[in-house]
Amino acid sequence: MSTIVYVPRDATALALGAEAVATAIAAEAARRKLDVRIVRTGSRGAFWLEPLVEVQTAAGRMAYGPVRASDVASLFDGGFLVGKKLPLAQGEVEAIPYLQKQQRLTMARIGVIDPQSLDDYQAHGGMAGLRAALAMAGADIVQAVTDSGLRGRGGAAFPTGIKWRTVHDTSAPQKYIVCNADEGDSGTFSDRMLMEGDPLCLVEGMTIAGLAVGATKGFIYLRCEYPHAHAALNAAIAAARMGKFLGDDIAGSGKSFDLEVRLGAGAYICGEETSLLESLEGKRGQVRFKPPLPAIKGLFGCPTVVNNVITFASVPIVLARGASFYRDFGVGRSRGTLPVQLAGNIKRGGLVEIAFGVTLRTLLEEYGGGTRSGRPIRAVQVGGPLGSYWPESKFDTPLDYEAFAQGGGMVGHGGIVVFDDTVDMAAQARYALEFCAIESCGKCTPCRIGSIRGVEVIDRMLAGDRPALQQTLLRDLCNTLTYGSLCALGGLTPLPVMSALEHFPQDFVKPRAAMSAGS
Amino acid sequence: MSKRRPITVPLRVEPGSDLPATERAAVLEAVKDHRETQGALLQILHGIQDRLGWVPPRAVPLVAFELNLSRAEVHGVLSFYHYYRQSKPGKQVIYLCRAEACQASGAVALEAHAKRKLGVDFHGTSADGRYTLEPVYCLGNCACGPSMMIDKELHALVTPSRFDELVAKPA
Repeated sequence: MSTIVYVPRDATALALGAEAVATAIAAEAARRKLDVRIVRTGSRGAFWLEPLVEVQTAAGRMAYGPVRASDVASLFDGGFLVGKKLPLAQGEVEAIPYLQKQQRLTMARIGVIDPQSLDDYQAHGGMAGLRAALAMAGADIVQAVTDSGLRGRGGAAFPTGIKWRTVHDTSAPQKYIVCNADEGDSGTFSDRMLMEGDPLCLVEGMTIAGLAVGATKGFIYLRCEYPHAHAALNAAIAAARMGKFLGDDIAGSGKSFDLEVRLGAGAYICGEETSLLESLEGKRGQVRFKPPLPAIKGLFGCPTVVNNVITFASVPIVLARGASFYRDFGVGRSRGTLPVQLAGNIKRGGLVEIAFGVTLRTLLEEYGGGTRSGRPIRAVQVGGPLGSYWPESKFDTPLDYEAFAQGGGMVGHGGIVVFDDTVDMAAQARYALEFCAIESCGKCTPCRIGSIRGVEVIDRMLAGDRPALQQTLLRDLCNTLTYGSLCALGGLTPLPVMSALEHFPQDFVKPRAAMSAGS
Repeated sequence: MSKRRPITVPLRVEPGSDLPATERAAVLEAVKDHRETQGALLQILHGIQDRLGWVPPRAVPLVAFELNLSRAEVHGVLSFYHYYRQSKPGKQVIYLCRAEACQASGAVALEAHAKRKLGVDFHGTSADGRYTLEPVYCLGNCACGPSMMIDKELHALVTPSRFDELVAKPA
């Protein structure tokens, strides 16, 4: 019987050399005439250990990492195929503390299964949610999702069940399911990991959504910066079609649903749902007025469910295990789990899926282990480029949509970017406005022009040109952005700017030349 | 009976007739792949760029004609999205991440190094025509930055010296 060796094909693992490792393992096994079968998986999400190679042994899956191609011969010599303890050994993979303490519901299969194998997917609980949904009326599926307390994981945290109900209750000859896979927020990669590591889960979730609201066609709007996810999704869709889980007559039910992947073209704004719909229609990604809501008039004027990757991927388990199972995780109005992403200058960066309620400090210290540079953490930005910069004094905030909002921040898509004490917060504030200027769709004047003026104001402030006046101007400008923009790009850019100014005012008064000379 | 002078009737120029044959063929292939797709303009522009490495502005009238859109609509889309190139790139395109997570791990210094090394600013092509440098806002490799993609190959933990190794590799 062949020994199974698991090597990730996750983009980050590949960027760290996983392809060369897989090639080396195959070559070394052939040279030694050993019967080794290599299975390519997603990543477990412990990125500081990538490429993390796992070997199936009688005692479980033993992990080795980080493995370089040059380590492979010595791994064979040392007996890694039977799980021997070697310098790179991390022990049984599920017992790695970082992974063991997590509560993986949505991301449970990532790194475990072969993402392209429908059999593997079903052997690990896949399609159980869809089978349950096929036996239910659409309204009952919507009710289950409502009861689970699931809220949109893309960042806006809108209750998913309510959105679905609106589409369900709107009668129309054609409805659509659209997945927002335009994961443009810096510090976030859970969508990518899921699409690469368990794409069938997304297919299943979207199919359930189609059954729930009566839509027969779905689109995944994927950013073009994710070529690996693109390939993985296309393979998964083909596998699902082969296995009769997509197309006409899903699993013999007589119901139909099909999916298509469409690529974006490098516009951050297309992560905003109405821009995304414009882009899917083949137009410039300009924000639409709301109302009408996309749930009533969305893609091509039809009622459309637009949800994030993680939202759809959380639906199968709700249907498979029941709404109360999912709802029992979490705190307050934030139910279930959130795949948190630890990013930036962090020692143990990666994916931590955990129930709401955990504090930021636990995530940063227990999981993250502090900064990669070894210096103290000075600031974190939670929720992507439109999230607030928070100092250490706010690290005891629990992960909870309401608690974060109360503290002047947002959970967003769950990305946490860590900065050490060399960060210049005025430069970060300036960058936030610069980013807004680059990515603005141009529809609202405060966003299109105000962002550019904002950069100039900060430049004058840092040059020492009437700083008090500039500060007044900046506050006024941010107020205009907040209240004068249609969407979150213009509306939330003030968050990083004003939070940097509020929590790190000293960075705005010191001339920057002196700062960099001092460091 | 006086002899009438022949009248010259101005003919409408066939759209895309000024495109070199290879470019014209690429555009028509891309259109053919997606003609039946609803809202396919972005996918068609991707098809052109995948084949040619860029979308020649001269292709706009042909795309517009084939899809029964106005030239303004096609140009509007082409110029809206950062990924589409309207000028010919170098042999390889380097996408350097400028976003916050990479900034926290040294992307600002890397950016300066890359520009110096290649002798270009963003959107520029090195003098030897090998590399075009483009900014990108997140490659989804935020736990192991700074990140960089050369064509479609992603690289993690890119220090200035790692950058030199990667761009010194024979193409």
